[in-house]
Amino acid sequence: MADVTVNIVGLARDVYKGLPTTLCAGCGHNSITNHLIKALYEYGVQPHQLAKMSGIGCSSKTPAYFVDQAHGFNSLHGRMPSAATGAKLANRELLVLGISGDGDTASIGLGQFSHMIRRNLDCTYLVENNGVYGLTKGQFSATADLGSTLKGGKVNEYDDIDICGLALELGATFVARSFSGDGKQLVPLLQAAFSHKGTAILDIISPCVTFNDHEGSTKSYAYVKDHDILLNVPDFIRLGREITVDYEPGTVQNVELDDGSHVLLRKIDREYDATDRVAALSLVHETRSRGEFITGLLYIESHRPDLCEKERLPKKPLATLTESEMRISREDWDRLMATT
Amino acid sequence: MQRVTNDFTIRVATVNGSGSQSSNLVLTGALFRMGIPVAPKNVFPSNIEGLPTWYDIRVSSRGYTCRTRDIDLLVALNAATWRDDVASVRAGGAIIHEATYPLTEQTQRSDITYYAVPFAALAKEHFPNADLRKYLLNMIYVGVVAELLGIESAAIRSAVEGQFRSKPKALETNMLALQIGVDFAKNHLVKSDPFAVCAIPGNTDHLLLIEGNRAAALGCVQGGCSVCAWYPITPSSSLCENFIALTERYRGDKETGTRNVGIVQAEDELAAAGIVFGAGWAGARAMTATSGPGLSLMAEYAGYGYFAEIPGVIFDVQRVGPSTGLPTRTLQGDVAFAYTLSHGDTKHVLLLPGTVAECYEDAMHAFDLAERLQTPIFVLLDLDLGMNMWMTEPFPYVTQPFDRGKVLDADDLTKLESWGRYLDVDGDGIPYRTLPGTNHPNAGYFTRGTGHDEFARYSEKPEVWQRNLDRLARKHDTARTLVTAPICEDAGNTVGIIAYGTTHHAVVEARDILESDGLAIDYLRVRALPMASSVADFIHRHERVYVIEQNRDGQLFSILRAELPAHLVARIHSIRHYNGVPIDARAIVDPLIALERSPVVVAD
Repeated sequence: MADVTVNIVGLARDVYKGLPTTLCAGCGHNSITNHLIKALYEYGVQPHQLAKMSGIGCSSKTPAYFVDQAHGFNSLHGRMPSAATGAKLANRELLVLGISGDGDTASIGLGQFSHMIRRNLDCTYLVENNGVYGLTKGQFSATADLGSTLKGGKVNEYDDIDICGLALELGATFVARSFSGDGKQLVPLLQAAFSHKGTAILDIISPCVTFNDHEGSTKSYAYVKDHDILLNVPDFIRLGREITVDYEPGTVQNVELDDGSHVLLRKIDREYDATDRVAALSLVHETRSRGEFITGLLYIESHRPDLCEKERLPKKPLATLTESEMRISREDWDRLMATT
Repeated sequence: MQRVTNDFTIRVATVNGSGSQSSNLVLTGALFRMGIPVAPKNVFPSNIEGLPTWYDIRVSSRGYTCRTRDIDLLVALNAATWRDDVASVRAGGAIIHEATYPLTEQTQRSDITYYAVPFAALAKEHFPNADLRKYLLNMIYVGVVAELLGIESAAIRSAVEGQFRSKPKALETNMLALQIGVDFAKNHLVKSDPFAVCAIPGNTDHLLLIEGNRAAALGCVQGGCSVCAWYPITPSSSLCENFIALTERYRGDKETGTRNVGIVQAEDELAAAGIVFGAGWAGARAMTATSGPGLSLMAEYAGYGYFAEIPGVIFDVQRVGPSTGLPTRTLQGDVAFAYTLSHGDTKHVLLLPGTVAECYEDAMHAFDLAERLQTPIFVLLDLDLGMNMWMTEPFPYVTQPFDRGKVLDADDLTKLESWGRYLDVDGDGIPYRTLPGTNHPNAGYFTRGTGHDEFARYSEKPEVWQRNLDRLARKHDTARTLVTAPICEDAGNTVGIIAYGTTHHAVVEARDILESDGLAIDYLRVRALPMASSVADFIHRHERVYVIEQNRDGQLFSILRAELPAHLVARIHSIRHYNGVPIDARAIVDPLIALERSPVVVAD
């Protein structure tokens, strides 16, 4: 008998796999998919409660490559946040996982990205950020750094849009940056994001081996490795599990998540407080001006009302409401007709 | 002087933002309470304050509710339009005007009666509060009109009470202003025009006066809409605002503080459409309401909804567009655009209500159709229908259950070995779907716009995609049988009319006029697209059919020409009205008679 290890909901790891990837060999997105599979498996997400949402682009193809049993929604370019908003309103029990890219989020979808954050839609939103348009073969995206070059040598004359900086400014309640190659950091960040109620933004630098991995690129494997500055390493502690990690006082920030789980942030910089938005913004600006990527959980604010709470939704999913729960009663109707 | 009782049109010319709306509603309500059929039309500018606005109240003993261009009684309270307003009154008419307006060569006509009323002076004399004065001045004119026409004081009182139900303090002040008008007319004016009203007891007691947007909102509530995403745009905003108010009132749970609805004021119309289709995909009944400019933005999601086969309801309250200038004027301008909205071979289902009762019915029906057909359903109102008040029978209470369409739950999936999201099991082109959250390993599938096979697997094979498009065409034919059938009045005449939406009300009057001139005409009203085969049958039975609509290029006419059998195409002729104000009977009668005098010879 084969040894089948299962997770807390009794499912084998294979259940969390999807179709074979059709992205290029070595693409950072494939690593992220693998980290996602690990995170979802370990977290024990029920496939039927997962809604995989995406826009258009290489990144947005990836929902086909994990948790085959879950519903997936490969929507329109830059317009996934609205579809995710509708899906969450219809069924607030769904764990909404949005996967986007830098073109999808920072250019065509900037408006929907901003308003999703503004509403604090409860979802985990990944930006698989490679600074370049892949499917249309190698144009700059809006996250390409000023002065970086395309494969053919063309220099980017425009300032970049910093996903984390923007998300912080817009009031996002969970902002993290990571690197596709750093599963140790990314997996617990993803799990913390699943437990967070509200919009969790993860800007993940994910090199494009085909169009943006050359010298002159600031999103290449080599550049990221040289300029990745670790802010903190998170540990995700599920609700009910004991915190067993030993740590020196002052080296770890313990943050309670909305569902009672915890994220322990092993701090590189002892002074940094991941619940201080202004500090997070300063840090993003400082590191950006030095051409560095600061990675880790930059900012978290638990216990803020999400869209479903602000809209005073019932616990029961709206999609399951019946006639009697939605129609005006006959008595009220007759009164309404008589007084109109 | 021949008395003209219960058949005339009042025009109130005021300045936008002067608060005349309450007075206009009181006047309308008072006439309605006397049992006299009324049809008010608000002709207003895209402006908050300062530009001219007109409110026409048609009083018609025969119940005609379309606009008429014949103004009988003018209330002139806008100096800026005084000259033009005088010119708009027909011979034999009367004008109640602010006494200080000059009567010059251009404004002094010998064929009308003038009643000069010192409105400003009266208001100043009686109301020291300058802020309130401009509002109360309007109520003075209601008093003058009431006295001159013979509107019963009980009806007026009741209308004022209805208008100020929530503001009892305002009630008495307004009644006082009204009485000032009545007294002035009694003491200073000599009735010398022919217009009068006469109560028709019981005639309208059972009826309502309601706007199409509110009627549609009621349909959304009863139709089980639980997600509303919208971006404010005239003339559709009040549809969502009514829906919000109704759900706040009737869907709330006092104990928990929750309400059974989710509402998002979106960042734009494309986001609103995305929310609708995201919610529809996850199993909620969702809607948005917009107008032409917003519909343009929704195009991409409309196509996605069509190809990915997701339910959603889009109300389009049509207006003149694009951009600003005439956003407050009416048009049936989006029919062709909405029918094929988005790229690729999209063909949508359009519901075309013509009355407020149909706004209610179609709104409810739209949610059933959307889920039954798994596709976007467009409900096309126009500004005239959506924002003006119309008389109607009370809307019947709906008791039939929702039609949630072909949805497989976990039990169904257990019984099935496999299922295909885009598989045509029943031969009607409509596949089965599952909802996210369905607890079964086979429930999930991957949704994308194009490139899916019958089992929602990725495929770029030409034959697979062509098969899918052919199935979608079959589904469109199924839709043809599910939408509301055309309403046909066929007495075997040789000439017919085809119309839809609010054009209906002008057709009703036009047919009476034509019949009294000896030209009886049959009538078919299209209630939805795609069209039922009975439309072609109707054309087949008539030698000449006039397609009447409110747009420049004859949009339904063009759709008919494209879809009719070739031998019927030559039988149809187009009559169009497109100046921004609602169509009237003359806009049909005059061109139709001209065309009938020189009919095109039709060869079969």
